[in-house]
Amino acid sequence: MEVLSLLIPVSLCLGAVGLFGFFWTMRSKQYEDPDGDAARILRTDYDDHPAD
Amino acid sequence: MSTAEYPGVAACPACVATPIAIRRAAKDATEGSRELHLSLPTIHCAACIQTVERGLLAREEIEDARVNLTRKRATVRVPATTSDEDVVAFIAGLGYEATPLDSATLSVGEADRSARDLAMRLGVAGFSMMNVMLLSVAVWSGATDATRDLFHWLSALIALPTIVFSARPFYTSAWRALKVAHLNMDVPITLAILLAAGMSLFETISHGDHAYFDAALSLTFFLLAGRYLDQKMRSVARSAATELAAMEAPTALRIGESGAETVSLKDVAVGDLLLVQPGSRVPVDGEVVGGASELDRAFLTGETDPVAVSIGTEVKAGEVNLTGALQIRATAVGENTLLHALADLVSMAEQAKSKYNSLADRAARIYAPLVHILAFAAFVFWLWMTGGDVRHAMNIAVAVLIITCPCALGLAVPAVSTVASGRLFKAGLLVKHATALERLAEIDEVVFDKTGTLTKGTPRLITQLDPQVHATASALAQGSGHPRSKAIVAAGRGRDLPSVTVTDITEQPGMGVQGLLDGRTVRLGRAEWIGVEGESATILDIDGQIFALQFEDALRDGAAELIEGLKAQGMPVTLLSGDTTAAVSKLADELLITDWQAGVLPQDKAEVLREKAAQGKRVLMVGDGLNDVGALALAHVSIAPASALEATRVAADMVLVSGNLSRIIEGIKTAKSARSRILENFAVAAVYNMIAVPIAFVGFATPLAAAIAMSSSSIIVSLNALRTK
Repeated sequence: MEVLSLLIPVSLCLGAVGLFGFFWTMRSKQYEDPDGDAARILRTDYDDHPAD
Repeated sequence: MSTAEYPGVAACPACVATPIAIRRAAKDATEGSRELHLSLPTIHCAACIQTVERGLLAREEIEDARVNLTRKRATVRVPATTSDEDVVAFIAGLGYEATPLDSATLSVGEADRSARDLAMRLGVAGFSMMNVMLLSVAVWSGATDATRDLFHWLSALIALPTIVFSARPFYTSAWRALKVAHLNMDVPITLAILLAAGMSLFETISHGDHAYFDAALSLTFFLLAGRYLDQKMRSVARSAATELAAMEAPTALRIGESGAETVSLKDVAVGDLLLVQPGSRVPVDGEVVGGASELDRAFLTGETDPVAVSIGTEVKAGEVNLTGALQIRATAVGENTLLHALADLVSMAEQAKSKYNSLADRAARIYAPLVHILAFAAFVFWLWMTGGDVRHAMNIAVAVLIITCPCALGLAVPAVSTVASGRLFKAGLLVKHATALERLAEIDEVVFDKTGTLTKGTPRLITQLDPQVHATASALAQGSGHPRSKAIVAAGRGRDLPSVTVTDITEQPGMGVQGLLDGRTVRLGRAEWIGVEGESATILDIDGQIFALQFEDALRDGAAELIEGLKAQGMPVTLLSGDTTAAVSKLADELLITDWQAGVLPQDKAEVLREKAAQGKRVLMVGDGLNDVGALALAHVSIAPASALEATRVAADMVLVSGNLSRIIEGIKTAKSARSRILENFAVAAVYNMIAVPIAFVGFATPLAAAIAMSSSSIIVSLNALRTK
């Protein structure tokens, strides 16, 4: 059972990373244009500089 | 504009676009630039985004361009000196229709912010729910003693801050209801979440077996999901409605000492001298002090034929100037105009509509007290059974509260409404009012306006002219902005006409045009101007030869299918129009409408609707004019086409963005389907409670059972919502 003392913090940390990732996507307004984002991947030129 | 009918890929102008280097990175925002918002109704694919963005960025002066496909909008950063028209014309050159949007009207943002706020809370609740569920699985699968306590403490650590943060919208709403001594759905929700969390914390401290942290969190999560869907759906409709409003920038041309200048409508004062150009709308009520012209009053009265005005004539805000420039002196501005008098009518109707009992309200009214009574009964019963074991009785009461709590009920309505509104949005119908969909499902009668609703409101030439004569008429009409002139030119375009040159063309505002054809005078215009007796037709006079040109108002696409479809459903159709008897009866015959009235005044329209409502009829009113506003507001549910004036669209519950009227039939079908899905979902929730409540009441409900029951009922309800057609 000692492994729990390692696994639990690890799983919580990974969860927290996910949560902060979510915060970041919300803050940087990545849910503004879901249709556009889905379509943009089909562009023929590589869009390497998305607008903010 | 319909998004459902995509043209083939090859029809997309982007497919032939030449590659241009992306230069966005090289362009920094400079000072003195401004942001321009454009509506691009026809974009629909990746290639469209590419064409518009690349095309715009290839231009030297444009600093940044970003297309939003979801909203069919583009944000362009241009120097302050570049005009909107330049950008619009350029995009038109790329093959896309663009309309500038008024940034001031557009920047509401409030709804967006609260949707984002809810999404944040939802995300946090989802994260915590999954983690706590993971820890709970360990407990359910048999962890005991110290391990169980550790897991309970970890759950508490994650759950308590989440419950404070994520469930806040429920607390505030419940508090607001309690303050005015009301019970809404959020009261039992708040109670369940807080009691479950509090009880679990107590159990954790006292090394108990059961903790309901996961239940409290999944309750929060599922209910927030319902709340979020609701908010999102409304903000989509609202943003689309705002966009329509933003297309009409409220400005006027004021004649000052240094000539005409564009001013904002709210800066216009009574007594100001204003210039109304041909083709633009009269901005305020006033009196003509210079010039002569014809006005299109269709929006105000439903008349198809333009009305001649000259010095001394009163004009009303909203009328469209057709032929000559007019100078008017403002006699009423802002809230005193006829347009604003209608706003009162609309706000009164809004109040009436807010009293409408939606299905969700009715369910909540039965549900909220029942939950409290059941939980309290469980508490008292077990207190008596166990002879005063408060802890045991409390545990069971909390279990009852959690199990009965309306996960399924909270999702039942928003999930269905979201799916239905999405379907309608794609079909070109915007649902503006929260309960409009439900009300649309209940209609048993339909009333239509004529001009601009069933018809396009633009004339079409029906007289067959000799090619030579038609060519002359076309040549004369070419330079005029009058709708009938445009109709003559449009009718001529389809025919192979000989080339005719008419010189020295002059337009007599309000009367007609004249010119010279091989030295002979040719005239096209009103009968009295040319000197022909009593004809409503437009007269063409080629050096004494007289031709009468007849026009009719073209039907809107899908009008015939719509009427036919409504009749097939057994719904009586009525036509109320302010136009002349001849015009109305002709249209009624064409569409096989037997019940029609012509020459109806705006207040009479409203009166007809009021009578029908008094008879218990649930009427759908479809209209576009200011003369329909009263009727639209009084109807059980109302639809306005997107071409209607802002005031009319505000009064209507739904806006038909698509040019095809038959979409209304689809709308009714979807609304009916949505209504039955909602009722089914309520049935699911009821059956679930009938099974779950007795189990919880007798004390057999474990946290595991609660978690399974809650998740499965929510999933069933969401899946059922997807069946909405």
